Amino acid sequence: MSRWRRDRVHFLRDTLREWRSPELRVLATALVIAVAAIAAVGFFTDRVDRGMVQQASALLGGDLAVVSDAPLPEHWIDAAQDRDLTVTRSAALPSVVFTPEDDSLLVSVRAVDTGWPLRGQVELAGETESERVRQGPLPGRAWGDGALFEALSTGPGGSIDLGRLTLALDAQIQVEPDRGSSLFDIAPRLLIHFDDLEPSGLIGPGSRVRYRFLAAGPPEAVEDFRSWLTTELQPGQRLLDLDDANPELREAISRARRFLGLASLMAVLLAGAAIAVAAHHYANQRADSAAIMRALGASRNRVLRMYFLRVLTIAAIASTLGLALGFGAQFLLSAILGDWLATGLPAPGWRPVLSGLAVGLVTAAGFALPALLRIGRVSPLRVLRRDLGLPPVSVWLSAALAVGTFGALLYWQSADPALAAWVLLGTGIALLVLGALGWLLITLLRPLRDRGGMAMRFGLANLSRRGGLSAIQMVAFSIGILALLLLAIVRVDLLEAWERSIPENAPNTFFINIQPGQEEAFADRVAASGLPRPDMEPMIRGRLTEINGQPVSAEDYEDDRARRLLEREFNLSQADTLPSHNQLSDGSWFAPGATDEWSVESGLMERFSLKLGDELTFRVAGSPVSGRITNVREVDWDSFKVNFFVIGPEALLAQQPRTYITAMHLPAEKEGEKNRWLREFPAVTAIDVAALLAQVRQVIEQATRAVEYVFLFTLLAGLTVLYAAVQATRDVRRRETSLLRTLGARRQQIRNGLLAEFGTLGLLSGLLAAVIASVIGAVLATQVFAFDYAFNPLTFVFGVVGGTLGIGLAGWLGTRRVLDQAPLRVLRGPE
Amino acid sequence: MDAVPSSVLQARGLEKNIVGPSGPLEILRGIDLEVGSGETVAILGASGSGKSTLLGLLAGLDAPSAGEVRLLGKNIAELDEDGRAALRSGRVGFVFQSFQLLPALTALENVLLPLELNPAHDARSGAELTARARDALDRVGLAPRARHYPHQLSGGEQQRVAIARAIVDEPAVLFADEPTGNLDAETGARIIELLFGLAGKATDARQDRRAALVLVTHDPALAERCDRIVHIHDGVLA
Repeated sequence: MSRWRRDRVHFLRDTLREWRSPELRVLATALVIAVAAIAAVGFFTDRVDRGMVQQASALLGGDLAVVSDAPLPEHWIDAAQDRDLTVTRSAALPSVVFTPEDDSLLVSVRAVDTGWPLRGQVELAGETESERVRQGPLPGRAWGDGALFEALSTGPGGSIDLGRLTLALDAQIQVEPDRGSSLFDIAPRLLIHFDDLEPSGLIGPGSRVRYRFLAAGPPEAVEDFRSWLTTELQPGQRLLDLDDANPELREAISRARRFLGLASLMAVLLAGAAIAVAAHHYANQRADSAAIMRALGASRNRVLRMYFLRVLTIAAIASTLGLALGFGAQFLLSAILGDWLATGLPAPGWRPVLSGLAVGLVTAAGFALPALLRIGRVSPLRVLRRDLGLPPVSVWLSAALAVGTFGALLYWQSADPALAAWVLLGTGIALLVLGALGWLLITLLRPLRDRGGMAMRFGLANLSRRGGLSAIQMVAFSIGILALLLLAIVRVDLLEAWERSIPENAPNTFFINIQPGQEEAFADRVAASGLPRPDMEPMIRGRLTEINGQPVSAEDYEDDRARRLLEREFNLSQADTLPSHNQLSDGSWFAPGATDEWSVESGLMERFSLKLGDELTFRVAGSPVSGRITNVREVDWDSFKVNFFVIGPEALLAQQPRTYITAMHLPAEKEGEKNRWLREFPAVTAIDVAALLAQVRQVIEQATRAVEYVFLFTLLAGLTVLYAAVQATRDVRRRETSLLRTLGARRQQIRNGLLAEFGTLGLLSGLLAAVIASVIGAVLATQVFAFDYAFNPLTFVFGVVGGTLGIGLAGWLGTRRVLDQAPLRVLRGPE
Repeated sequence: MDAVPSSVLQARGLEKNIVGPSGPLEILRGIDLEVGSGETVAILGASGSGKSTLLGLLAGLDAPSAGEVRLLGKNIAELDEDGRAALRSGRVGFVFQSFQLLPALTALENVLLPLELNPAHDARSGAELTARARDALDRVGLAPRARHYPHQLSGGEQQRVAIARAIVDEPAVLFADEPTGNLDAETGARIIELLFGLAGKATDARQDRRAALVLVTHDPALAERCDRIVHIHDGVLA
C-alpha cells in the first residue's frame, strides 16, 4: 500500500473513531442546527424564486403589460392585433359591495375584459375539486375570493350590489394568476367583467383606478410591439416585462430572504459559540496524543493539518445532515408563508445545498481554528511533563476569525455591505453588553452563596468559577429568549398600546371618491343623520415629475417608500389656511393670493431631501403644476384625520379635477346609516379603519410566525452552547460528584446542586432577556412611535419562568449521568 | 501495644476481581482486617499491591466481589449507594493524596461541606455550622485563609484544608490515602504531625471521641507512627 493510500485509510479510520468523541459530537450538533436554519430559509426562498420565474408570464397576466392610472388608448389594441398578438385589459379599484341584508364590505374590485387571462389559468372552487378556466366572469356576474365569502359569511349563489349594479355572485376564486401578492393587496377580491365597470358608476374623475393593458403572442411579435410601445408611452404609463412581474412580491421575497437569512445567521452565531467551546475542549483532550506524535517526529503542520481535516470532515457530514433537516423544515415555512405565490411552489434547486455546505464548513473552520491551532503548538516535552499545558488560545485571533467569519456570512446573506456592517456592529455591541451584564449578574450572585445551603452554594459556586463559560451561555440563552419575547409579547403589546393611544372618538371611517358637485350633498346627508357635518377635503391626483427642474423617477431613489411614491400618484390638496390639526415647523404659510407655493409634510421633506425654496412639479391631469416649497408641516398621522403630504394654495389648484375625502367617527349604531349613504352615492367608497387594522394585523402575524419559526433554531443553537459547556465540564463534574458522594452526599443533594446551577443560569438569562425586551419595547413605543408603553409583567413571567424551567431542565438532563458516578473515582486522583 | 478497643471496621474474606482486557484479574484475596475505635492502622505496600482498592472497599466506596465489610457496625453490602453515602456522612473522613478540594469553593466552604451534607445538622443554623468550620480551619492554622480558593493555596495548605474538612464533623473513622504523596518532604512531615495530632494520639484526653485512622502508604517511616502496620503484597495481607 502506498504511503498516500495508507495515510488516507488511517485518516478515515481515525475520523470515524473521532465521531464518538463527545466534543466533536457537540460540534456536529451545533453545525446541524446552524445549517438546518440556513437551509430552511435557503430552500424556501429558492423555491419561491423558481416559482416566480416559472410563473412570471402568469404573474404578469401576459407576455407584456402596461400599467397606468388613466385608461389606455384604444388604438393600442389595433396595433397589437396587427402584430398577431392577443390582447386584453383590466382595471382595479377599491370599492364597497352590499349584500341583500345590507351588510357592506370594502373590496378590491378588478374588472377583466374578455380574453383574460392571456397566460395562466383561473382556479375556481368546485364541489369536490377546483376547476381551471381561462376566462373571467361574464357581464352581470361576479366572482369573489375566499376572503370575500368569509367576510360576508356566505357562499357562491347569492347576489351583491356594486355601485348601481346588482351582480350574481356565482363562483369562488382559488387562484387568480396575475393578482400579485395577497400580502399587499389585502382587501378581498371581487372580479367583474370590464363592461360592467362603466354602468356601475364607480368611476369618476380622480377615482383611484389602476388600468392594465396585457398582450401575449410569439416572442418576436412581443418584441416588435414593445419597441413600438416605447415611443407611445406617456408619463404615468409604465411598461412591465417578465422581470417586472409582481414587483411587490419580488420586493417582499427579497426582504424575506434578507430578514429570515439574517435571523438564521443568529443561529449560526450561537452555533459558532458552541463550536468554539467544543473545539477548545477537544484541543485539551487531544493534547497528549498530539504531544506523542510530535515527540515521535511529526511536524507542527502535520499535526495541525490532521486535526483540522478531521474537524472539517465531521463538519461536512454534519452539514449534510443539517441540509436534510433544513429541507424538511422548509415545508413548514412554506406552509406559513406559502400563499405568497398563487400556485404551488416548485422543487428547490442545488444552490441552497451548496450554500448550506459552504456555511457549515466556513462556520466550523472560523470558530474551531483558533483552538485547533493550539494542538499544533503543543510541546513534545509534554510526554515527560504532563503539567505542560497547551499554549493559551489567542483572544485576538479568535475574535478576528469569529468577526471575519460572521461578517462574511452576513455579507453573503444580505448582499449589502452597509447592512452587513451595521448588523455586525450591532451584534458585536449587543454581545459585549449582554456578556458584561451576564458577568455582572454572576458576580452579584456571590453573596447569595452563604444563604442557600449546600445545593445553592454548590450551584452558584459552579456558575461563578466558570464565569466566562457561564457568561457565554447566558448570552446565548438571552439572545434566544429575547428574540422570542420580542416577537411573542412585546410586538403584541406595542400594537395594543398603539391602538389604545388612538383617542376614543378618533375618526374610524374614511369616505373617499366623493365626486365633485356631490360634496355638499354628501355632507348634508351625513348631517341629516344626526352626525356633525363633516369637512370635505379636496383631493387632486398628481405625479411628482420634477424637483428643481430636474426630472425624477423611482430609479433615482434607494428608499422603498420614496420609490413607491414616485411610481404612483400623490394625493394633493388645496387650502388657504393651515389645517387646524397640522403644525407649521418651518417657513411661513402661503402668502394671500399665492399661485406657486407648496406646503410639504416634514417626513416627505426628509425622504426626498427637500429644503425650503425647492421647486416641485406635479403632472396633474396631463399638465405640469409647479410651485416652491414655502413651508413645512408636522402631521400626526395617528390622529386618523385627513392629512396630505402636499398642499397647494387654492389659486394654484382650483382648476384641477378632484374628488373629495372626509373622515369621521361613526358610532356603531350608525353603521346602517352609512350603508344608506353609500347606496345614495355609489361612487363613494368607505374604508373601515378597524377592519383594515384587523387585516394588517393578520399579515403581521403571518410574517411573525415565520420569523419566530426561524428564531426557534436560534434557541436550539443556544441549547447547543449549553450542551458544549456541559461536555466541556463533564470530567470536572464527574470528579466533583464522586468527591461529594465520598463525603456522604446523597443523589438528591447533588441533583439539587445541578438544578440550582442551571436553574439560576436560566433565571438570569430569562431576566436579562425580559429586561432588554422591556427596554426595547419602551424605547420603541416612546421614542420611535411616540405613545405610552405599559410595562407588561408577562414578559418577565415568560422570560424568567420559561428560562428557569427550560434551561434548568435541559442542564439537568445533560448532566444527570454524573449522579451515577461511583465515589471510588476520587482515589484515582486527577485525570 | 494497647488492647484493641471495640471495632469500628471489620473485613472478612474480602476479595476483589475485575475483568481486564486479558481476562479476569484478582486484585485482592482473602483479606481479614479489624480496626478498633481510636486505633491507627497503616496499610503498607508497594505501588500496585492493591492498597488503594482495599481502602475503597473498607470505606464503602466500592463493593467487594466476595466477603463482607462492616463499617461502624453496618454491613455495607446490605446498603445501596445512597445508604452507604448516608453511613459515611458525618462519621467517616477522608484525606487524599491529591487533596480533592472543590475548586469552585473557598477553603471555608470546602470545610463546611461535610457539615452541610450531614442531615444530623439540618436543624442547626448556618452561622453555627460556619463557626464550626472556621474552628476546624483554625485548628489546622488556616483561619486567615478561609476566603481563599484552592488555586490560591500552596499544596501543603490545600492538604491542611483537606484535613480540616476530614475532621470537622468529628468522624469515627478517618481514611488517608498517601496523604503526603504530592508534597515535598518537609511539608509532608508537617502534614503528618497535624494528621496524627488531630486524629490520633494527641487527643488522648478525649479518648471517647478519638477517630480511628486507616492510613494507606508505601512509606515505612510513616507507617511506623501507627499503632499497627498491615503489609499488603499482591492483594494479600502479609
